[in-house]
Amino acid sequence: MINKILIANRGEIAVRIIRACKEMGISTVAVYSEVDRKALHVQLADEAYLLGSPAPLESYLNMDKIIEVARMTKACAIHPGYGFLAENSEFAKRCETEKIIFIGPNSKALALVGDKVESRKTMTQAKIPIIPGMKAKGENLDDFINQAEKIGYPVLLKASAGGGGKGMRIINSKEELKSSVEAGMREAKSAFGDESVYLEKYIQQPRHIEFQVLADYHGNVVHLFERECSIQRRHQKIVEETPSTILTPELREKMGEVAVKVIKTTGYTNAGTVEFLLDKDKNYYFLEVNARVQVEHPITELTIGIDLVKSQIRIASGEKLTFKQEKLSQRGHAIECRIYAEDPENDFLPSFGKILFVKEPCGPGIRNDSSLYSGLDVTMHYDPILAKLICWAETREEARKKMIMALSGYVILGIKTQIDFLRDLMLHPEFISGNTHTDFIPKYLSDWKEKKGKKKFVEQALIGAAIGMLNKGKKGARVEKKLMFDPWLSLGNWEIGA
Amino acid sequence: MFRIESKVDTKSSEFKANQEYMQKVVDEYKEVLAKMREGGEPKDRERHLKRGKTLVRDRLKLLFDKNTPFLELSQLAGYKMYKEEPPCSGIITGIGVVHGREVLIVANDATVKGGTYFPSTIKKHVRAQEIAMENRLPCVYLVDSGGIFLPYQSGTFPDKDHFGKIFYNQARLSAMGIPQIAVVLGSCTAGGAYVPAMSDEAVIVRKQGTIFIGGPPLVKAATGEEVTGEELGGADVHCRISGVADHYALNDEHALEITRNIIENLDPPNKFELDVAEPEDPSYDPKEIYGIIPKDIRKSYDMREVIARVVDGSKFHEFKELYGPTLVCGFARIMGYPVGIIANNGVLFSESSLKGAHFITLCTKRKIPLIFLQNITGFIVGKQYEHQGIAKDGAKLVHAVANADVPKFTIIVGGSYGAGNYGMCGRAYRPRLLWMWPNARICVMGGDQASNVLLDVKLRILKKKGIIWTKEEQDRFREPILKKYEEESHPFYSSARLWDDGIINPTETRTALALGISMSLNQLIPDTEYGIFRM
Repeated sequence: MINKILIANRGEIAVRIIRACKEMGISTVAVYSEVDRKALHVQLADEAYLLGSPAPLESYLNMDKIIEVARMTKACAIHPGYGFLAENSEFAKRCETEKIIFIGPNSKALALVGDKVESRKTMTQAKIPIIPGMKAKGENLDDFINQAEKIGYPVLLKASAGGGGKGMRIINSKEELKSSVEAGMREAKSAFGDESVYLEKYIQQPRHIEFQVLADYHGNVVHLFERECSIQRRHQKIVEETPSTILTPELREKMGEVAVKVIKTTGYTNAGTVEFLLDKDKNYYFLEVNARVQVEHPITELTIGIDLVKSQIRIASGEKLTFKQEKLSQRGHAIECRIYAEDPENDFLPSFGKILFVKEPCGPGIRNDSSLYSGLDVTMHYDPILAKLICWAETREEARKKMIMALSGYVILGIKTQIDFLRDLMLHPEFISGNTHTDFIPKYLSDWKEKKGKKKFVEQALIGAAIGMLNKGKKGARVEKKLMFDPWLSLGNWEIGA
Repeated sequence: MFRIESKVDTKSSEFKANQEYMQKVVDEYKEVLAKMREGGEPKDRERHLKRGKTLVRDRLKLLFDKNTPFLELSQLAGYKMYKEEPPCSGIITGIGVVHGREVLIVANDATVKGGTYFPSTIKKHVRAQEIAMENRLPCVYLVDSGGIFLPYQSGTFPDKDHFGKIFYNQARLSAMGIPQIAVVLGSCTAGGAYVPAMSDEAVIVRKQGTIFIGGPPLVKAATGEEVTGEELGGADVHCRISGVADHYALNDEHALEITRNIIENLDPPNKFELDVAEPEDPSYDPKEIYGIIPKDIRKSYDMREVIARVVDGSKFHEFKELYGPTLVCGFARIMGYPVGIIANNGVLFSESSLKGAHFITLCTKRKIPLIFLQNITGFIVGKQYEHQGIAKDGAKLVHAVANADVPKFTIIVGGSYGAGNYGMCGRAYRPRLLWMWPNARICVMGGDQASNVLLDVKLRILKKKGIIWTKEEQDRFREPILKKYEEESHPFYSSARLWDDGIINPTETRTALALGISMSLNQLIPDTEYGIFRM
């Protein structure tokens, strides 16, 4: 039985996992880098330990340190969240040798699905449809040039070890190839510690459809239906929904079966996601297995009624799945919008700084997975995801309207976010009619600008705030001083030798 | 600032052995400390509670702000000095927080010999007042004492630093504008009656606190008058008739709440403002100090490894790294406070002494607190060094240390021998607080050297008489000397006699220092003036 879990992650997902543990009566150990000292996950966990400087290799990717903390705190399991060490088979293996439960797939399956080149081979053998592309990672530039000719431009460059769009590039011609391959390798190296990349056919106007699966250690595998994640910017999802507007019940059943087959073929365990691309003619291609809890997992939870993080922990502790495929069904419609610290008017460039004020929307059918609070410093060191806003309703249209209302009530001051952009996206006629594909944003919203009316409102608000400040009066020097650090007021119940 | 790069191999067998040894030493210390903290015998504590009184440590909890630190002083005072073995010498002293401000408390423990004063009790009480004076801390006396422990009257009554000093200090402290507050929670007899009487404000508990110059038995013997304690000097008498006390409390809790109100109404402290930064944990685990300090006190090690585990972010701006390397000097921060650190890395030479003196002048000019980490066998000896003037260079260091008017803190982390103790701000050089680590030793010289010197003298006398000792006879002569030196150089021995302010676990050093620095800032840092440095 698992009684203590170390969460080797940060941000909203660490908070999400800690909360699940608390519900299950499991103690939690947080780890953090120097810049995350005041992060919410550090505050919520039962124990928290500093890993090191902010650079991921020194902190959230520092396997030695994380394992040392797990051993010291006697945590019997590690939940890696998503990103960082989540899909690192070496880490999963280290955990296995250290006799620490890695809450995720077994290291063998992880190594297999993590190596996109190897997994393509396996899938071809199992007769699972895949996108035409390289059978192996490229060795030198000539190799890439030959392969690209063979597949036919445009081609897509991908990192062998990665996901989430890092290192990914569309290459339209031979001229672009060299610089793109080099840049892609650099990005892959810094994001995943592995610079190998490969090419595949670039499918135009595709939809991104993925299936959530759960597999226990007793041979039971179920899928929890699809998520459509076609709305992306810079190859990263920002809006997800389920069910997909495009799938017919027959196609859904067929793809679900393929997803389960993929999992069984690879000997995969725990929660995972099988990703497909769906082209204009509804041909589907297996893309890859995301061997982790997905950012967008909440929409599945809301429509299926199963807590995926708790399921992960139960599976990891050796329990059997308690539900059969035929008992599972989708109810209603859920949409997730990812809130990022970035500037939609400026090519979604990250925006850092102190969050001066946060107000999160709430109400029936609104879920907010976040790690924000007023006063939090958003640093440049990590992925700029701030929060996930998820809305559920009986129909897609109701869920969409709920999302618009919720986004309108979401206030984050001090840094730039794409909340207004997301609201306008929800209002776009093509989104309303369900015509979503991965080129949606470049096609319809590439020159998006904040509406003018809002600026005027900001002026009025600032004048109002200034009047309020003036009326408050000046605070004495004594009050100011109290804000300084004082060991006598900060160290708690300390006594010599106690 | 640059971060210290640790070169310690935490996996080595030597590290492990050191760690084990230090753990043992710390455990031993903690065991003694736990016993001290218990207070009087169980039966005495029960009787105390039955009278509706609160135990002294619980009284402190009621007095201090919730969930705040308590920097206790001289916990081992009197340890193994008397056959009665009074835990903590029957008095608790220390610094805590009331309404956000640091106050010094002196609290009698009536469960230990009725809270009476042993010679070490007085020394502890007077030392606490000295700390209040140096750091301008309001004093709160929780009085519950039967006065002097009569069997030891000769060591407690008449001398300069005996019982009388307590009231002298109260008067002088009050004159300096340092509030003196007494809370009478039990008896307060004879001399003790002056504690509340000499205070600025006094609280007394109904049917529990009494104040009188002579108790009922003495009154009966002198005048034949029969009175109860309450009629003679209870709360009603002093609050309604005599005016000896000012505030009438119904019980301990009420009295301590009134005391909190008194402090709430004092003038706010005018603390010296240092340039503080955001605090940061050391980059290396302070617990690793256990493996760094060699088992053998004579073995040398790099003190920077210790500094790296005490200061913020392990960042250290070293001064004159390449000159006089046996003394490490540099700037760092402790929980955000800027400090100058002076630490021994071997015996003191002329160069290291000059460097230390130079560094001290930097810190006094910039008004930065000084921290001394002592592990010192002394100044270098030998013809070459005497010719070079080690005496005058050592004197420059001692002169600088003595006159440095910034808050000084000393921690004896290893050996503290001979004049090295003086150059490194030993007790006589008035550090605001001085602590020892449980592995430390303090003595005029090491037992080995002392026994060899004495043996040498003895052998010369014997030689004149024509006697020559065998190796065994020599060893037999040295053995009792070695034993005596080992016992007397032990931190328990030092702490019992208040040569220090207490023993701390190495891992607590950082916290204790931060609290100490914060406390010291209640006294503004003046400009330092030096005398004549012999050049």
